[in-house]
Amino acid sequence: MSTRSPVPQVTSHPARPRPAAPQPTGHGVQLAEISQAGDRTFRFLAGGSGVLIIALVAFVGIFLLALALPSLLQDRDNFLFSRSWTVVGDELRFGIAGLLWTTVLSSVVAMIIAVPVAIGVALFLTQYLPRRFSGPLSFVIDLLAAVPSIIFGLWGLTVLGPFLRPVGLWVSGHLGFIPLFRAEIDPSSSVFVASVVLAIMILPIITAISRDVFTQTPRDQIEAALALGATRWEVIRSAVLPYGRSGVVSASMLGLGRALGETVAVLIILSQAAPGSAFTPSIFAGGETFASKIANNASEFDTPSKTGAFIAAGLVLFVVTFVVNALARIVATRGTARS
Amino acid sequence: MSLDTSSTPLSFRRPSGLRTVKNGAAWVYVSLAAVLTVIPLVWILYTVISQGYRLVLNSNWWLQSQRGITPRREGGGAYHAIIGTVEIGLICALIAVPLGILGAILLIEYARGSKAARAVSFAVDILSGLPSIVAALFIYALFITVFGFGRSVIAVSCALTLLMLPVVLRSTEEMLKLVPDSLREASYALGVPCWKTILHVVIPTAFSGISTGVVLGLARVMGETAPLLILVSYAVGINFSPTSATMGALPTMINSGRDQAPTLPGYERVWAAALTLILIVMLLNLLARGIARASKLKEK
Amino acid sequence: MAKRIDVSNVDIYYGAFHAVQDVSMTVEPRTVTAFIGPSGCGKSTLLRTLNRMHEVIPGAHVKGRVQLDGTDLYGAGVDPVAVRRVVGMVFQRPNPFPSMSIYDNVAAGLRLNGVKNKGVLNEAVERSLVAANLWNEVKDRLGKAGIGLSGGQQQRLCIARAIAVEPQVLLMDEPCSALDPISTLAIEDLIGELKEQFTVVIVTHNMQQAARVSDQTAFFNLAAQGKPGKLIEIGSTETIFSNPTQKATEDYITGRFG
Repeated sequence: MSTRSPVPQVTSHPARPRPAAPQPTGHGVQLAEISQAGDRTFRFLAGGSGVLIIALVAFVGIFLLALALPSLLQDRDNFLFSRSWTVVGDELRFGIAGLLWTTVLSSVVAMIIAVPVAIGVALFLTQYLPRRFSGPLSFVIDLLAAVPSIIFGLWGLTVLGPFLRPVGLWVSGHLGFIPLFRAEIDPSSSVFVASVVLAIMILPIITAISRDVFTQTPRDQIEAALALGATRWEVIRSAVLPYGRSGVVSASMLGLGRALGETVAVLIILSQAAPGSAFTPSIFAGGETFASKIANNASEFDTPSKTGAFIAAGLVLFVVTFVVNALARIVATRGTARS
Repeated sequence: MSLDTSSTPLSFRRPSGLRTVKNGAAWVYVSLAAVLTVIPLVWILYTVISQGYRLVLNSNWWLQSQRGITPRREGGGAYHAIIGTVEIGLICALIAVPLGILGAILLIEYARGSKAARAVSFAVDILSGLPSIVAALFIYALFITVFGFGRSVIAVSCALTLLMLPVVLRSTEEMLKLVPDSLREASYALGVPCWKTILHVVIPTAFSGISTGVVLGLARVMGETAPLLILVSYAVGINFSPTSATMGALPTMINSGRDQAPTLPGYERVWAAALTLILIVMLLNLLARGIARASKLKEK
Repeated sequence: MAKRIDVSNVDIYYGAFHAVQDVSMTVEPRTVTAFIGPSGCGKSTLLRTLNRMHEVIPGAHVKGRVQLDGTDLYGAGVDPVAVRRVVGMVFQRPNPFPSMSIYDNVAAGLRLNGVKNKGVLNEAVERSLVAANLWNEVKDRLGKAGIGLSGGQQQRLCIARAIAVEPQVLLMDEPCSALDPISTLAIEDLIGELKEQFTVVIVTHNMQQAARVSDQTAFFNLAAQGKPGKLIEIGSTETIFSNPTQKATEDYITGRFG
């Protein structure tokens, strides 16, 4: 037998005398009939909205493809490698090589500019600033994201472009022997300025996501680094950055996706290259992106074959942004799965 | 009284020189990054306000249209464009808000974690990365090329719906996730059917978060330009009809006037329109933040 | 009007996981039955099958019969919503609806079930709050938010909310585990009064509580982690606490494990 205390005596709890006659509980409140119609309707509506959302996305692809296909079949040039864009008249000759280059170049340069700054700000917000200051600063950065793109365009054209002109001239003057930096046009309306404006536009997006990832760095990893006598920078390098890496990569890709599809800011800032001019890889050149090309010609969608050519360009943009966004999500889910 | 515990005295001095320098450099870097981020916002606001404030402060700006006003003439206002921007935003919200909330209800309440939910979620991911110009092209293809309708305000609103929908849906989804299951169970335990639980318990609990998402989505679509360029023509007169092929809106008012010489009176109106648009969008953002804060205070 | 519950050969599963194995028991009307046992033994799971709350978790299902005055709750054509109107529930943590006032919380069940008459609602709210021993504390601030009350008051508010729809059976899932001793005492006193009208089933971790409030006690246990929980012993509370037939029951109530 155990030496522990024996089974406790049940404290006979104060007897609560049962009422002699059971009291009725029914007070005659009449509840409505139960009907499953409401649940069915609601479930149907919710399910219907899901179907509609999926259908919409499928339709975006299907309709763009269906309307682009006739023009693509009539295209006498190679759609992927041609730089010409002749969509008037009997003979269609158009290709996306030039658009693709300008789109990718401007967006990638924007990402290269924005990412280091965004990481810096996100670190500043999460690792340096006390909470009561980081909240308001985050809000200010969110406001930057709220500025409409046409205002970025207007400001980029009239204020930032002229301001960056000397920088562009200096770079193309000293590094012009590299094709990427060759001076082609006045730098104030070149890919260079468009990229800087795009960088400013995607900066808040990348910052916001990086900030969220950095704040989730496990407390114990930070404290472990601190306990080893690490300086703040060493904590960041050994704990915060490794933890947030996949999140930052994913955020950068989402920013890239946004830059690829940006329309009106690029449309306003970037001067079009003269028709028939030779290809140049330079960031100090003009050009058109997919989006700016389509928007620029929106008023000329008169014949189906012409419209189809522009829709084909839109389809490529759709596919490119889809791939970039999908990659961003794959990186993000891999990151969360690992940690 | 001194006790020698160790031959080498403890030192609590700063880390070695190089480590301190690196630490300091990192501090300088992140602060510079913060400054670099704030500068464009301040700069843009300064530019827009300084160039546009004069007209915006005039009451005529809010009451008159641009009908009969040439770039060389002073006067007129942005009333026609404000109507357009607000009307397009409202029609868009009318479609996107119910659809987004129902979609979120599907994802969280009815199909959480199921294959159907993942398919819908994937579609929403695609929508949230959809460039506005592609949304506009799609609506163009559907409405104009396939159905044979003309350009219209409704077409613009539909294109913008595609952009607003993921914002509303995702923020609603996040909010519904935050509603504890115990509240749903408490309601079920009262014999309340699922749909009434969602409508009267879950949604009211998440209401402030949902409205924050709606307001932010509205701010986003009201500032969009690309669909306007493709799906409706800019008009200088006052027009309320949603089926009209022409309507003024602040972004297109800016766009149509941006090419004129800076010395013309019309140029100042471009900046005033920009200021008006920024004011509307920023007010919506502040409103969203206010709603979010108010609900946090209530929870405490 | 309180009902008798007959549980016969019930097995409960979460997907492929067998949570509770072969439970049979009878709960008499107007009594308090306590479920005790170590964590994970399935006592809360069993409680949640008594009003079909169990099945809101995806993949959960039940075999066997749960009868309420002879009607099988899991029979064909039985609407779980109808079951829950008859079998109310109070949860571990107080969970008043945060968007509603005290009054609206108590009235919620009636309103959402289609009762619109103001007089009926007023009367039901007062009656339920009185029955939950909360009326005197809140009668002057019925319009204030329910989540502004203290934890113990919130739990009594939840009890008032549950009894406002006039169920026959009241299930309580560790109703005091998030409360301080004084609030716990208030709830325990309340349970004693509630059994005059309702059949009460309470899950508790606190054996003194089981001893204080219940007429009948059921002890659950599981052979090992990952094995299904089983009903080891059920009997009058006096018997279980003073003279249990099973060794495991004795070990548990003397605090030797669990």
